[in-house]
Amino acid sequence: MSILGKLSLDAIPYHEPILVGTFSAVVVGALALAYLLIKYNLLGVLWRDWITSIDHKRLGVMYIVLALVMLLRGFSDAIMMRLQLALATNGDPGYLPPHHYDQVFTAHGVIMIIFMAMPFMIGLMNIVVPLQIGARDVAFPFLNNLSFWLTAGGAILINISLFVGEFAKTGWVAYPPLAGLQFSPDVGVDYYIWALQISGIGTTLTAVNFLATVFKMRAPGMKLMDMPIFTWTCTWANILIAASFPILTAVLAMLTLDRYLDFHFFTNDGGGNSMMYINLFWAWGHPEVYILVLPAFGIFSEIVSTFTGKRLFGYKSMVWATASISILGFIVWLHHFFTMGSSANVNAFFGVMTMVIAVPTGVKLFNWLFTMYRGRLRVTVPVLWTLGFMVTFTIGGMTGVLLAVPGADYVLHNSLFLIAHFHNTIIGGAVFGYLAGFAFWFPKAMGFHLNVKLGKAAFWCWLVGFFMAFMPLYVLGFLGMTRRLNHTNNPDWNIWLYIALVGAFIIMAGIICQLLQLYVGFRDRKDNLDTTGDPWNGHTLEWSTSSPPQYYNFAKIPTVSDIDAFTDMKEKGEAYVRHESYEAIHMPKNTAAGILISGCITVMGFALIWHIWWLAALGLFSAFVSLVVRAYTKDVDYYVQPDEVARIEKAHLDSVAKG
Amino acid sequence: MSGHSSEANTHGSVKSYLTGFVLSVILTAIPFWMVMTETFDKGPTYITIILLAIVQIFVHLKYFLHLNFSDQGKLDTYSFIFAAVIIVMVVALSVWIIYASNAMMM
Repeated sequence: MSILGKLSLDAIPYHEPILVGTFSAVVVGALALAYLLIKYNLLGVLWRDWITSIDHKRLGVMYIVLALVMLLRGFSDAIMMRLQLALATNGDPGYLPPHHYDQVFTAHGVIMIIFMAMPFMIGLMNIVVPLQIGARDVAFPFLNNLSFWLTAGGAILINISLFVGEFAKTGWVAYPPLAGLQFSPDVGVDYYIWALQISGIGTTLTAVNFLATVFKMRAPGMKLMDMPIFTWTCTWANILIAASFPILTAVLAMLTLDRYLDFHFFTNDGGGNSMMYINLFWAWGHPEVYILVLPAFGIFSEIVSTFTGKRLFGYKSMVWATASISILGFIVWLHHFFTMGSSANVNAFFGVMTMVIAVPTGVKLFNWLFTMYRGRLRVTVPVLWTLGFMVTFTIGGMTGVLLAVPGADYVLHNSLFLIAHFHNTIIGGAVFGYLAGFAFWFPKAMGFHLNVKLGKAAFWCWLVGFFMAFMPLYVLGFLGMTRRLNHTNNPDWNIWLYIALVGAFIIMAGIICQLLQLYVGFRDRKDNLDTTGDPWNGHTLEWSTSSPPQYYNFAKIPTVSDIDAFTDMKEKGEAYVRHESYEAIHMPKNTAAGILISGCITVMGFALIWHIWWLAALGLFSAFVSLVVRAYTKDVDYYVQPDEVARIEKAHLDSVAKG
Repeated sequence: MSGHSSEANTHGSVKSYLTGFVLSVILTAIPFWMVMTETFDKGPTYITIILLAIVQIFVHLKYFLHLNFSDQGKLDTYSFIFAAVIIVMVVALSVWIIYASNAMMM
């Protein structure tokens, strides 16, 4: 064993032209970015205001930047797969050999779920939840920074796997025995394990942080049943994270023991049972899909209520529907493996439970419809995403109920029908929700509006592209095409594969529109400033702050007496009050400890992947020392002086008065 | 925030700890005595042990973990119940699933 463990020059895939090309593009991009940062002297700003920031709003923005970057990576994987499947027909091998193609579909799944959807959701939650409950920050601001960097550390590991070694070839679920040492002796599964473990710890800490925040730091007068609906749905998502992510951590730890220390939890021999991995993976995996979609439901609720100018219909039923989905979401996981062959009673129980979940979800859809009923809906970009969601998600939900019938599932399991179904719910539900939230809260977070025409174009491209890319997959599923195929030789399938490829390109046009929208928005930002902080006539407290919000959020913590707290304040004439004097505000200081600790942990992860034991020990030890040093640091806070608060507040109120 | 931190139900008092301790000792001593002296048949002994163990769980929750339904303590209690329900569901259903699939392979 050399000093670098299993790592050697052979691990660099310089004989693969696609990877060399990608690597060159990444290097050129990184150099260009570094050049721009140095040219405009932004390195200091980046370090002081962003990387070391413990401000929940800035962390939220960084989460969303991470999500968008990973969206591009995950989408590249998607379009590579569609292209391969359109080319590799009638005996043609296509351009992606199986060992590369298998890594691509594994990476696509892991990235889209763990490093695109999760950071996007957590980013929106970071920006909005503390503002909605009238808090100055989250309960543990430093922990929030650490959580972000742990998530980023996991994302960095998964991207390193592209150029050093390889990624798992197992599918995103990494079922043993395929993911065990016997059938996957290379480092791919180890990259998978450590990327998920490190980011998973970050996610768990985030949930703990936000649960403490909403339970302990609500503005005076705000009872639990007065919390804005987005905060409620995020709270349920956090409860699910706190309850389910430990299962993932444990099951991956067992897989790690199998791979590193010759244990036999999931092996074929030595008394192992690989079915237990499948069982535990989905005991996390199913709650995970509700973690993704519940906050999206909350976003749609806020948008529907804001843009109809009405109170949300059935607030209480919305909260209880979310609660039912959360608890039921914990007893349906077997529907992911009906075909494992448990008894008929087991399959029947989980099938029925799965169908029951459609009821609270239906309650939500009707609540949105009844909110719109006789309202005056302003058709803005967030509303377009919401309407698109309601149609798309309903189709996805119905195919889900179909798959919940165990008998039907035996026919459709692991076919493209399933792929179409879960993309229908995750894109049409979660991703549309985040993009709606992105459009809705962008002026709040950044202080300027995005270009509306490009926003609408992006929506229509995504919607049309989605239907063209995924409806053919339902057909292909019925025609018998299974998932994860590298090439096909059935002429009946070809036409549908071509249509799906065109759909993927239309989605690509949508993504390009969004990037353009960001570029144009940023270029013309001075003409589109949001001067009032309340561009949509909003209902909840985040709209009472300036855009972007003051770094201390609220000069005086508001007292709340209504669910739509800001509407209530506006009606009573209590919004935008000029105060005579302000008190000093106690604030946490920025710190480099988060990125330092996470950096050490990421190095440890990399070292464990390559069996570089001394470096792994060093990484763990450095992380521990950094943590102890941070824990004994007393200089962690400061006071914003009243005159500075008064100056910032006056500027905001003057800007509001000017309109 | 609230000035109730001195209240007995959040941190417990010497009296509540002593009550809990004495109850636990009694609830442990009875089964111990039953097993040692073999006064009763096996059936009733087992049932009594299980019943008293369950009672003791609640004694611990009340006197040592200070779970209650007061305004301050409600949240802790609900969190505990939620966690317990989830753990019982996940473990019990997992056992059922794996047991049933093993049975199908026989």
